Amino acid sequence: MQIELTHYLLLTAVLFAIGVMGVLTRKNLIVLLMSVEIMLNAVNLTFVAVARYTADLTGQVLVFFVMCVAAAEVAVGLAVLIALWRHRGTMHMDSFRLLKW
Amino acid sequence: MELLRHIIFWLFAVLTVGSAVVVVFHPRVIYSAFALLFTFFGVAGLYVFLSADFLAAAQILIYVGGILTLIIFGVFLTAKITTLDIPHQTHQRYVALVPIVMIAAGLFTVVKNTVWPTAPLPHHPTTQVIGELLLTKYLVPFELASILLLAALIGAMRLARYYRKRED
Repeated sequence: MQIELTHYLLLTAVLFAIGVMGVLTRKNLIVLLMSVEIMLNAVNLTFVAVARYTADLTGQVLVFFVMCVAAAEVAVGLAVLIALWRHRGTMHMDSFRLLKW
Repeated sequence: MELLRHIIFWLFAVLTVGSAVVVVFHPRVIYSAFALLFTFFGVAGLYVFLSADFLAAAQILIYVGGILTLIIFGVFLTAKITTLDIPHQTHQRYVALVPIVMIAAGLFTVVKNTVWPTAPLPHHPTTQVIGELLLTKYLVPFELASILLLAALIGAMRLARYYRKRED
């Protein structure tokens, strides 16, 4: 039995579901950012796997753009997080409810 | 040879998924951050396995060298281990399982019911092709990505800077 594209796709599905689990269940802002990174990595891995099995390198180029956006997202997200920490002194998601209805 | 490929693939797969589980479920933030290191390394190993050599290097450089360092700095700057204010546990675990199972089942069904190309293509270096694609077909998105990074850089500095209150 060879390792096929299905193996990679199932692996990334599991990885993505774990990331969603983290976003839904954790209340710590930093762990939320990390879970988003896991989801982005799962999608990147899907792109690379499909690019490999269809001989089209467009998928790998797209991974670059995803990496760029992920870097920007983490930089701005952590800046927001540090500003929030300075103003509120907490990391708990439930304490940031100014924009909640 | 085939057995060796299987062993390496499953090693990286288990490393990636296992450390991702640790990231999500470990009560201490710093442990999560370090487990994320292993997730990124596992994904980089799978990139090598998929003969995406340049992307594997970029994964190590950008994710491990940049993003993870930034996250660990974020942990150091904010989380005081001694205070009880930081939430440690997962919340509403069983309610969250419903959308998780739905997402996973949907993805699994799609993967199982689609006819995918089966034979992997022979390995060849990807750097040159990626470079040509980035500078010809994807030139505009490439420039837009650099503008995005510049804007994120300036915005992050503006947000995270400490402004001292004026006396007057």
